[in-house]
Amino acid sequence: MDFLKELWMFLKVRKKFWLLPILVIMVMFGGLIVLSKGSAVAPFIYTVF
Amino acid sequence: MIILGISAFYHDSAAALIRDGDIVAAAQEERFTRIKHDSNFPKEAIAFCLKQAGVSLEEVDHVVFFEKPLVKFERLLETYLAFAPRGFTSFRKAMPLWLKEKLFQKSLLTDFLAEMVEEKPSKELKKSMKGKLLFAEHHQSHAASAFFPSPFDEAVVLTMDGVGEWASASVCIGKGNELNIEKEIQFPHSLGLLYSAFTYYTGFKVNSGEYKVMGLAPYGEPKYKDLILEHLIDVKEDGSFRLNMDYFDFATGLTMTTKKFDAVFGGPPRVGEDRITQREMDLAASVQAVTEEVMEKMVRSLSEEYKDIENLCLAGGVALNCVANGKILKKNYFKNIWVQPAAGDAGGSLGAALAAYYLHLNGERKKTNQNDAMKGSYLGPVYDDSEIEKRLEAAGAKFKRHANDDEVVEITAKALADEKAIGWFQGRMEFGPRALGGRSIIGDARSPSMQKTLNLKVKYRESFRPFAPSVLREDVDGWFDLNTDSPYMLLVAPVNDNKVTPMTAEQEKLFGIEKLNIPRSEIPAVTHVDYSARVQTVHKDTNPKYYALISRFKDLTGCPVIVNTSFNVRGEPIVCTPEDAFRCFMGTELDMLVVGNCVLYKEEQDQALAQDYKDAFELD
Repeated sequence: MDFLKELWMFLKVRKKFWLLPILVIMVMFGGLIVLSKGSAVAPFIYTVF
Repeated sequence: MIILGISAFYHDSAAALIRDGDIVAAAQEERFTRIKHDSNFPKEAIAFCLKQAGVSLEEVDHVVFFEKPLVKFERLLETYLAFAPRGFTSFRKAMPLWLKEKLFQKSLLTDFLAEMVEEKPSKELKKSMKGKLLFAEHHQSHAASAFFPSPFDEAVVLTMDGVGEWASASVCIGKGNELNIEKEIQFPHSLGLLYSAFTYYTGFKVNSGEYKVMGLAPYGEPKYKDLILEHLIDVKEDGSFRLNMDYFDFATGLTMTTKKFDAVFGGPPRVGEDRITQREMDLAASVQAVTEEVMEKMVRSLSEEYKDIENLCLAGGVALNCVANGKILKKNYFKNIWVQPAAGDAGGSLGAALAAYYLHLNGERKKTNQNDAMKGSYLGPVYDDSEIEKRLEAAGAKFKRHANDDEVVEITAKALADEKAIGWFQGRMEFGPRALGGRSIIGDARSPSMQKTLNLKVKYRESFRPFAPSVLREDVDGWFDLNTDSPYMLLVAPVNDNKVTPMTAEQEKLFGIEKLNIPRSEIPAVTHVDYSARVQTVHKDTNPKYYALISRFKDLTGCPVIVNTSFNVRGEPIVCTPEDAFRCFMGTELDMLVVGNCVLYKEEQDQALAQDYKDAFELD
């Protein structure tokens, strides 16, 4: 819950509400990947860490 | 006001603690866990900082993380969106990690911190820890680490690295306790990532092999510089630039360069430990030349834009490019230059703490004087002689504890003059990637065989990089074309002409490392093939024992320069404790080890304690 509050504040401060629908879709999509994989171990990708 | 800064979860985790703006302690996690570039939560480094300051975590007023994870996530999403559908593979691999861990870094940090206080932390404790947490911006952390400890009241601050949240380079103006961002260059356009792309392409590890590319550059000709400028990067007169992303894969892919990049430079990247050829040397020289050009243009343009400010501060990984720093200094665009010794992400921990103190809490900046506030960067753990004695005894070492520093200095200076390879473990450990006479391996810079001996018998590497010199501050201009402080080994300068031995036409024809083994000056062990050296000036006020040692060596030999390389073998984090030092001593062919006032000789040790050290660490 705290995280959602922070996320909302973040979108508000950064004026990035347009990211919200993309965020929801991407997070859902990403969530599916998480569920299907079951592991948070990713290879080292240079710019995503 | 006690503030703890943390950098973690990418590479080189570290912690730093400040009290009312005074830097009390700072250390990298890898030194404690013995895992090179350890990126985990810096539990051990934090524990050390708290112990050094004599406080508990509950007494800390604020804990500051060095970057903003949500803004980084925003960059990721927008980048994937901008490049879609390219980047799906990267997205698929990155998302689980972000959605499971990295997105919830605040909770993660809260839990880690609370668990440092109680094994099973209560809700109240977690709440209290959460209340202490602050987040600085990545480049703000770098800029704060460059400006606030500098000796300047006012300065232009330039930070450059791979990427933080969005920024890959930023310009700030620091004045008193203020630091304002004026402009920045944003991802994916990044000088650090351009350099890293060539690090990858020339077969070295990204985020750790960049300094090898810099060391390789003097062997090559910048034959590909024009190609880089034509295809890869568009550099404007003021040093601002854009990368052509057709050639780079780092924004959305799993690697650094694309096939188009390979086509421009005539082949695929070098792999792993393949032989280094002239091509890699020329590529290294080319990317180094482009980096220097971009940095020079930026600094020149800033000096024109901010005419009234005569000081420049540098930080961010690119500021560890001491060759470029030396060239900028030589151009005299700014009267004074100061580079943060922990310029990489580890230094972000210190910057985050300083940013919170001065920018968030409006802390008063104490009057600066000649010296900076880094205390020589000797900010790590220290061991007194009785503790050293206990630890060495427990490790099975045979040693003699001497009564005072003078005796130890005398013995060590004589051993140096006898061309012995010596482990020198004194005082507090350094913060930052360089060993500065606290955890160093030292030798005679005049010895033509020292370079080879240290490389093959101690460091276990066939290196194309020469070692760095430590020189007394007042003697630096007698030996190098430099007359300024360089206490952190972050400036490269040529060896003076009168000390140089020119190579014969036949020697000039030698290839690569063979050239390095030709004595090219009166101090061959520290002279690169282009007659340059990565200079550390040694100051009496920051490291009196090291200063006394080199002074005594000068009395004996007439030479105020010694070899200084980090106390480790290839792939190993620099030693932290007396036990680490003893293990490294026994695992290598070091002749002598000096820990505080305890002196150890190899021939007196129980050889059964020698272990296979060479293969103990993954190569970097």
